[in-house]
Amino acid sequence: MSIKLEHINYIYSEGTAYEKHALKDVNLEIRDGEFVGVIGHTGSGKSTLIQHLNGLLKASSGALYFNGRNVYEEGYPMKELRSQVGLVFQYPEYQLFEADVMTDVCFGPKNQGLSPEECKERAMEALKLVGLKEKYYQSSPFELSGGQKRRAAIAGVLAMRPKVLVLDEPTAGLDPKGRDEILGQIASLHKASGLTVILVSHSMEDIARYADRIIVMDHGKVRYNDTPKHVFTHYMELEKMGLAAPQVTYIMHDLREHGLSVTTDVTTVEEAADQIMQALEMKQ
Amino acid sequence: MIRDITIGQYYPAKSILHRLDPRVKLVSTLLYLISLFLFRSISGYLVATLFLVCIIRMSKVPLSYIVKGLKPIIMLLLITVLFNLFLTRDGDVLAHFWIFTITEGGLVTAVFMAVRLIYLIIGSSLMTFTTTPGELTDGLEDLLKPLNRIKVPVHEVAMMMSIALRFIPILLEETDKIMKAQIARGADLESGNMIQRAKSMIPILVPLFVSAFRRANDLALAMEARCYHGGEGRTKMKPLRYHTRDFVTYVVVVVYVIAVFVIGRYVPLHIWIF
Amino acid sequence: MDIIQTEHLVYEYAKRDEEGNITGTSRAIDGVDIDIRQGQFVAVLGHNGSGKSTFAKHLNAILVPTAGTVWVDGKDTKAPEELWNVRQTAGMVFQNPDNQIIGTVVEEDVGFGPENLGVPTDEIWQRVEESLKAVGMLEYRHHSPNKLSGGQKQRVAIAGVVAMEPKCIVLDEPTAMLDPSGRKEVLKTVQELRTKKQVTVILITHYMEEVIDADKIYVMDHGHVVMEGTPREIFSQVDTLKKYRLDVPQVTILADELRKRGLDIPAGILRKEELVEALCRSN
Repeated sequence: MSIKLEHINYIYSEGTAYEKHALKDVNLEIRDGEFVGVIGHTGSGKSTLIQHLNGLLKASSGALYFNGRNVYEEGYPMKELRSQVGLVFQYPEYQLFEADVMTDVCFGPKNQGLSPEECKERAMEALKLVGLKEKYYQSSPFELSGGQKRRAAIAGVLAMRPKVLVLDEPTAGLDPKGRDEILGQIASLHKASGLTVILVSHSMEDIARYADRIIVMDHGKVRYNDTPKHVFTHYMELEKMGLAAPQVTYIMHDLREHGLSVTTDVTTVEEAADQIMQALEMKQ
Repeated sequence: MIRDITIGQYYPAKSILHRLDPRVKLVSTLLYLISLFLFRSISGYLVATLFLVCIIRMSKVPLSYIVKGLKPIIMLLLITVLFNLFLTRDGDVLAHFWIFTITEGGLVTAVFMAVRLIYLIIGSSLMTFTTTPGELTDGLEDLLKPLNRIKVPVHEVAMMMSIALRFIPILLEETDKIMKAQIARGADLESGNMIQRAKSMIPILVPLFVSAFRRANDLALAMEARCYHGGEGRTKMKPLRYHTRDFVTYVVVVVYVIAVFVIGRYVPLHIWIF
Repeated sequence: MDIIQTEHLVYEYAKRDEEGNITGTSRAIDGVDIDIRQGQFVAVLGHNGSGKSTFAKHLNAILVPTAGTVWVDGKDTKAPEELWNVRQTAGMVFQNPDNQIIGTVVEEDVGFGPENLGVPTDEIWQRVEESLKAVGMLEYRHHSPNKLSGGQKQRVAIAGVVAMEPKCIVLDEPTAMLDPSGRKEVLKTVQELRTKKQVTVILITHYMEEVIDADKIYVMDHGHVVMEGTPREIFSQVDTLKKYRLDVPQVTILADELRKRGLDIPAGILRKEELVEALCRSN
């Protein structure tokens, strides 16, 4: 199970005054069970990129393979692709429309042609996964708080039982606790069921904490495609793209400059604390 | 895609047309539209074409941009042409097959109707291309001021219009986003009969309405926070003032209307190509 | 006189059933006393639903207290005759950049407030130019707001408030919908305004990095003010903040972690330079 992009180009409004080359020769592979982070400045092409993964946008040129089969082939079942690759848009709560949460979460499975019982079963499962309390299942989605709406909307995609879950800034606008809770649930889902996760985020700290690999987009091109440790050593280049490294990475660089022998490819607080303690012990 | 629609969008440029008073442009556009129905001869069309070409050149809006604005009305145009082509029975029969008959009169009417419609759209979109929505509503507000006396809330209507104009692009973009989100959840928006299709619009329309109301509420708060309390005691950042160029324009437009009327009526120029 | 003063401020929402009958009330703000002096930079922190936005809406009389009083520059917000004065004194910037821009051209939007105040035309132009310059958006004056980035839109919204010449600007989560560079842009603008124009700034947010320069921080939870103090005082209580669903910058967490492991580091570290200095000095 993998997604493979070969020489993908995408041009918006081709042949008009608004023409924009949004993706330029993108080559990528996303393997089964990975947790991939995608970062990039607004307008870098990352949203365009993820909309290719489930066929919402079709590349101007290039090929996209899902499990080895080119999805741009004549007669490829796009609906099948869309239920395998679930896409959670930014502010997904704005797509809720049914009278109650349960019916809304059933919308995806219903479109997959499942029986009402099956839909309900999957909806229950998905709602449990996102941690929405049972007392809200029959409430109108419009009465929930922001964080609860967000969960309901993510459940709406999970209920389709995708193999790959793509999330575009799932924590935008949430408070810190809400942010941690949602990402924590996604991470544990990834661990427990082997779900492939592709997370688009502006928070370098979050990406560093959860992703096995980071894809850095800039002006429609893939600039880096590597582990967080390697990507964040290029923090100067990242800054030129309007990005940054996690704050701890900068601290480690500063400490090293001040003569403390710590390694600088540190991306999380725990690692940083370990490194500093070690370096201080060595000094004594 | 929805975002490609250019009709009704302002096109920033520095031309004499852009600088004209919006009231002049509104009145002139109205006169121009009426003028298109004052003649039925080639000579009239020649004058109208000449006038339109001059205006397009003066506006500094690229022709390709204007033509693109016609895209959404292609269907309407086709229907008009077909109706006129087949339903007008006048003059020699040019072709006949099954139940369809094309007559000379039908062909002429069809072509003229199409041209008229295109001129109509180009003329009115030139106004929106060269006038910011703000100026447009200011102009309308001023022109309709007399209606205040019969208790028509002119200021409020103008304000509503300008807000609508500001939010149309935002709501279009939002529609695009919601559509994509529902397609990602397996929604099928394209197949099925009329009823099924109408039903499949619900997942798009409900979120769109909810969002429109949320935005309306936010905007009302923001306006109140900035001390908006209707038109009373309000000053204008850009008060409308007539300049010489505006009077000249009025004269030119009136001359054009008279010319098109007189020439279109009394200078017969029937050069049929067939 | 303080620019903003609240006394036992209480605000209750009416809860309604499906037919719209009132079934009860719920308190969004419950006995808040806050004093803000002219020229201060004050931050109000709190998780979603803590009552911080409801509080903000009281500062320019969009909401009026159920009980208690709010004075803005000495004027009671409940007094109907002071309404426009209050709103002119305390300008407000909202969260969603799209939903608060009224004009279809940048400069027309900035002129909207002064127009409503009845400012003479020549002076409107002057104010618009000055305000756009103050937020660094003068070169965009003829642009459509729809073509701007989120950060730029928020700067236009700020200019729209500045053009009303308020003594105090309330920003209600102005950065919640922006990307990191947009957030930086907006904060930089606010900082500059503060130094150039000496306006009082009240920033409502849940991003901790944005408030380390504040003169004073209030933390709200369930309609109460649960913590108040300088950034250093607030940020030294990492665990308490976490209890209120909040977070601290990574450097503060790291410093806290190192202290727990036995290093001699002062509490409430806000910037990476402070941590580096503390580590190099003490060891």
